[in-house]
Amino acid sequence: MKKIITATTALFCMNILSAQEVDLFKIMNEESVKKDSLKKEYVEATFKSTHLINGHTIETTKAGLLDFRISHRFGLINQGSYQFFGLDNATERLGLDYGITNNLGIGIGRSTFQKQMDGFIKLKLLKQSTGYHASPISITGLSAVVIKTLKDADPNLKRTTSDKTSYVYQLIIARKFSPTTSVQLLPTFVHYNLVPQANDPNDLYSLGIGARQKVSKRLSITAEYYYQFNQFSGFYNSLALGVDIETGGHVFQLHFTNSTGMTESTFINQTSGRWLDGDVHFGFNISRVFKIKKQKLTP
Amino acid sequence: MKQLLFALLLLCTNTVVSAQKIYQTKSGKISFYSAALLENIEAINNQVDSKLSNNGQLIFMVAIKGFRFENATMQEHFNENYMDSDKYPKAVFQGRISNLADVNFGKDGNYKTTVTGVLDMHGVKQPVTALGTIEVKAGKVSTKSSFKAKLADYNIKGTLIGDKIAKELTITVDCKYD
Repeated sequence: MKKIITATTALFCMNILSAQEVDLFKIMNEESVKKDSLKKEYVEATFKSTHLINGHTIETTKAGLLDFRISHRFGLINQGSYQFFGLDNATERLGLDYGITNNLGIGIGRSTFQKQMDGFIKLKLLKQSTGYHASPISITGLSAVVIKTLKDADPNLKRTTSDKTSYVYQLIIARKFSPTTSVQLLPTFVHYNLVPQANDPNDLYSLGIGARQKVSKRLSITAEYYYQFNQFSGFYNSLALGVDIETGGHVFQLHFTNSTGMTESTFINQTSGRWLDGDVHFGFNISRVFKIKKQKLTP
Repeated sequence: MKQLLFALLLLCTNTVVSAQKIYQTKSGKISFYSAALLENIEAINNQVDSKLSNNGQLIFMVAIKGFRFENATMQEHFNENYMDSDKYPKAVFQGRISNLADVNFGKDGNYKTTVTGVLDMHGVKQPVTALGTIEVKAGKVSTKSSFKAKLADYNIKGTLIGDKIAKELTITVDCKYD
């Protein structure tokens, strides 16, 4: 009898003991598994920069940052040794991109090609995410205006600014398939107020495809191609291949492309060069990001 | 017989009295700071999950992507180039208060403590001993600590480390428990 009482009481006490002494680490791990299953996380850095080669990526300049972009295209490689394989000539676009919020960016640019001025606004509409209520893709909308300011060869034509303006509307749909591989599709609509030839369409439809493959942490290979569903006569589709090198606040993009212009309505719709004929430019973009406004450390 | 029962009962009561109490928070703060030649780097995460038990167990769990920097580009580089946050989304510290006897959770005061444990970060587990304080005030408990971590110990690499980025960080913990 005595023994039984002792045993049961001891058992009882031990029970309490083990009920009280919970393992904090175990609880925490169980809780975190539960919490993670309800968590949604946005996919970051689908592309390294706001531009892939000539065209945009889904990325917008982050809030408070100013991105100074120098885009440079040498002459055509097939110009031969007299033109030092194109390196004697160059066209350029200088651009300033600014992030108003992390999802809304604006930018302006000046190109030597047709002495163009351009401006754009870019808005992230959907962000790829993982976890709870995940989205498999990201979508960004782009709207741009390009104005040619080059004087007309014939001063009697009296072209207005409106005549020299084109509008770009683009949806950029992207997916980061893995930390190293990202692909985007760019359905594009371009409207020209005045077209080069009488039979050319004012409204142009095209579809771009762009991709980047990371080779190392700071090095990626990029490619982009724009297919035109209808087009100005005498122009070709734009194809570009490049390499991205990232160093801290800079991104260097080196590439080969058959396009001379660097604004949407020019490189998509007015590419006069052909890869097959060797009409290829060597070029580079340099992006330098400056911090204008600090991001708050505590949201 | 009666005495024995009484003794046993007393033992049970004892256990109940010394019941384990768990303090927890989901909004603790962990920040780190590195002073470097070109640029000071600072980031804060104020969604730290932490639990503290009066048996001396202590745990901090933090999402790496939750660290905010003043410079958004720096934040992106931190996650992508240094911490590989997709692969190692969390850092966890599990430890014990070595001098638990010096802390009285039932009495207001500022108790100096030493915590020893393991910090699991960037896929590497390293033993850590940190000095800190536990403050008890009107039943509320808070912890504070600051310690140094070498990036190389956690296999965090990058060409800028040692040049633009310091080799060692100061990690500061500040948690107020419910």
